[in-house]
Amino acid sequence: MLERDISETLQQQVHNAVVNGAPLKIEGGNSKTFLGRETHGQVLDVSGHRGIVEHDPRELVLTARSGTPLKEIEAALADAGQMLAFEPPHFGEAPTLGGTIACGLSGPRRPYCGSARDFVLGCKLINGKGEILRFGGQVIKNVAGYDVSRLMVGAYGTLGVLLEISLKVLPRPAASYTLVQECTPAEAISKMSRLLSQPVPVDAACYHAGHCYLRVSGSEQAVKHAHAHLGGEMIEKSEPFWHALREHHLPFFGSANLLYRVIVKPATPPLEISGEWLLDWGGAQRWLVSDEPLALICERIATVGGHVTQFRGGENKGEIFQPLAAPMLVIHQRLKSSFDPNGIFNRGRIYANL
Amino acid sequence: MLASEDGLPCNRDVHEDLLRKLRALLPSEAVLTDKEDLRPFECDGLSVYRRLPLVVVLPETITQVQAIMRLCHALQVPVVARGAGTGLSGGALPLSNGVLLSLAKFKRILHIDPENAMATLQPGVRNLAISEAAAAYGLYYAPDPSSQIACTIGGNVAENSGGVHCLKYGLTVHNILMLKVVTMEGELLTIGSETLDSPGYDLLALMTGSEGMLAVIVEVTVKLLAKPERTQVLLVAFDNVFKAGEAVGAIIAAGIIPAGLEMMDRLAIQAAEDYAHAGYPRDAEAILLCELDGPNAEVSEHIMEVREILQQSGATEVRTAANEAERQLFWKGRKSAFPAVGRISPDYYCMDGTIPRRQLPHVLRQISLWSEEYCLPVANVFHAGDGNLHPLILFDANKEDELARTEEFGQRILQLCVEVGGSITGEHGVGMEKINQMCIQFKAPELNQFHAIKAAFDPAGLLNPGKAVPTLQRCAEFGAMHVHHGQLPHAELERF
Repeated sequence: MLERDISETLQQQVHNAVVNGAPLKIEGGNSKTFLGRETHGQVLDVSGHRGIVEHDPRELVLTARSGTPLKEIEAALADAGQMLAFEPPHFGEAPTLGGTIACGLSGPRRPYCGSARDFVLGCKLINGKGEILRFGGQVIKNVAGYDVSRLMVGAYGTLGVLLEISLKVLPRPAASYTLVQECTPAEAISKMSRLLSQPVPVDAACYHAGHCYLRVSGSEQAVKHAHAHLGGEMIEKSEPFWHALREHHLPFFGSANLLYRVIVKPATPPLEISGEWLLDWGGAQRWLVSDEPLALICERIATVGGHVTQFRGGENKGEIFQPLAAPMLVIHQRLKSSFDPNGIFNRGRIYANL
Repeated sequence: MLASEDGLPCNRDVHEDLLRKLRALLPSEAVLTDKEDLRPFECDGLSVYRRLPLVVVLPETITQVQAIMRLCHALQVPVVARGAGTGLSGGALPLSNGVLLSLAKFKRILHIDPENAMATLQPGVRNLAISEAAAAYGLYYAPDPSSQIACTIGGNVAENSGGVHCLKYGLTVHNILMLKVVTMEGELLTIGSETLDSPGYDLLALMTGSEGMLAVIVEVTVKLLAKPERTQVLLVAFDNVFKAGEAVGAIIAAGIIPAGLEMMDRLAIQAAEDYAHAGYPRDAEAILLCELDGPNAEVSEHIMEVREILQQSGATEVRTAANEAERQLFWKGRKSAFPAVGRISPDYYCMDGTIPRRQLPHVLRQISLWSEEYCLPVANVFHAGDGNLHPLILFDANKEDELARTEEFGQRILQLCVEVGGSITGEHGVGMEKINQMCIQFKAPELNQFHAIKAAFDPAGLLNPGKAVPTLQRCAEFGAMHVHHGQLPHAELERF
């Protein structure tokens, strides 16, 4: 049985906030509060708005309320031999679907299968006027109207309160192994980048502590062939490693006072910024433990066409995300006020003036 | 102030000023105003809507595009951008008081970067040309709309084009990384980046499929994929269209995601076979084309599994393409289904609704009942894997009433798609064609939100005005409205 729909209660709380001019801080499972800039306001607790509304495995679509625990969704999908292919990080005990989508984070499979936003098909939300709106739908192809559902991904709740989300889901691969090889960071980058133009069933690739890890997935035979072709030592039960990487449980992350997320083109050679590096996403997402200030790292990364987030640690009152170019900031501000004219949702969570 | 044929204001002084200034910005052959020069631009792929623009401009640099936009903004002249003009929803229909901005001269492939598996293109590069150029590196560009020989990447982004491989490889939105766009105010913006994500809001998603309403696309960076080790296609015949629908669900339930999964009904099969001689069984009630790709070993395993599923689903024939030439031939039949139907009927009207796949039997039954009621035959072509229906209604525009009856029939199909949880358009866009049906799919506050988004990019409302998102006034006049929880959504408006 589906639990009670509390959309209208949440809508009333938004109405009250608009009337009182009191900003709201949207909260689900409180697992990603560490991310982004500090935001103040009355807590709008969405975690009570929960439950899987629909999941028909043959349609490859799941619709759930935003407060639904991610674990509940993953368990239901696993029962049907399916998964959220973007492997969302949990970063805590009780992450919800809403927070997962609002933060838009994706795990190791991302470069090979798509990101959180790639799997969003539709959503229901409350905008800053207290209106309940639906965009997208529960079908894989839908180009009616602007793609508001995907705009919500990574907007950190600054544009609206997510109530319900429809996602495309995929079957779990029949078999999955990891191949490990000792090498230098430069060798790993070159190897992982070469794989992009080869027809190999790699669905995760990282470089950590002197070793390149490639996860190959697919049918049993295909995976064996891939091993023969790619070489390396094969680990059969490798999921704990990828889980630890995704959840930042590897010892590398434990040492972090200040952890940066650096996004670059995958073939970008090792970057000369002092600190410890771990390369995920085949070299496209690099984690950096460093004492250097954000501004300096941003400047360096901008020269190679990438961007940086101060992910964990440090103070969260200043910039956390790479600053936007002035004309882009103007568009962001106009978009923000088109959804939230009174600026009540998660004020300043991404940028100070948004 | 005079009114033009589409009822838009037309100010002679402003227009003369505009033409004089455009000629100062661009070489004389890049500013077209003679009727015979304007004629090729009067419509896109949806030729039932035609209108001559005031002027066609053919810039070849981004700086020229910016100058044109600044000029039009200053003079408050509307602008419609156009790629190859293959769109099927009238999105590039010109305005009689506006500038038609053709991106036809932006034809260069700027850079292919095999190390990072991406390519940077001018917007007028043809879809197929990207894969042809990338082939040297073992790479290709995945979205393949049936018009891929002619349609251009800029138009693909504007429409969020799909194709026959969407279930596995996604639409345009899943396969691009970065855009350079020019706003109505003439500002050059970079949206997205060469990396997998970017700071701030996902404007790349918002821009994709925005039908030229938010900004003009002047450069596109796409993601390229490694060509699969092996691709194989099965041609499957059924004596009953519903059995074919069941088989589609059964393949997906087995945990196999085919690269393409297409369905055609009897009328479409016969038309395509007569046209392309693809070897389709003419006596079948339905065929499926099921393409499997990936590592050689996996494709072999999946072919065995799929064959078994198909036999259990009551397939009358399962044929595997003997070689690459036969595989291409099987696809040729499908990809030429529209022109093939065009040969057996004076006119046809192509619908583009999507539905949850389980609703297929219900929707097909209803379409067939309406087909009898309206005395209009329908050929069904269906992207079965992703629920995107293309019923082609056959009619003769020269017969009295037939276009009107066809449109009414089409509207009922789209309304049905929305009722069963689908959408009025899966890949062709709203444009002019489905602007009324937007009132069925969306409530007033949702349409207002769309208008507010447009205003964030184009406060003056000069870019492709009147397309894609209807005004509430228009919805009230249209009458067939989205009824939500039994409440009329436009209660605040007077009725006509």
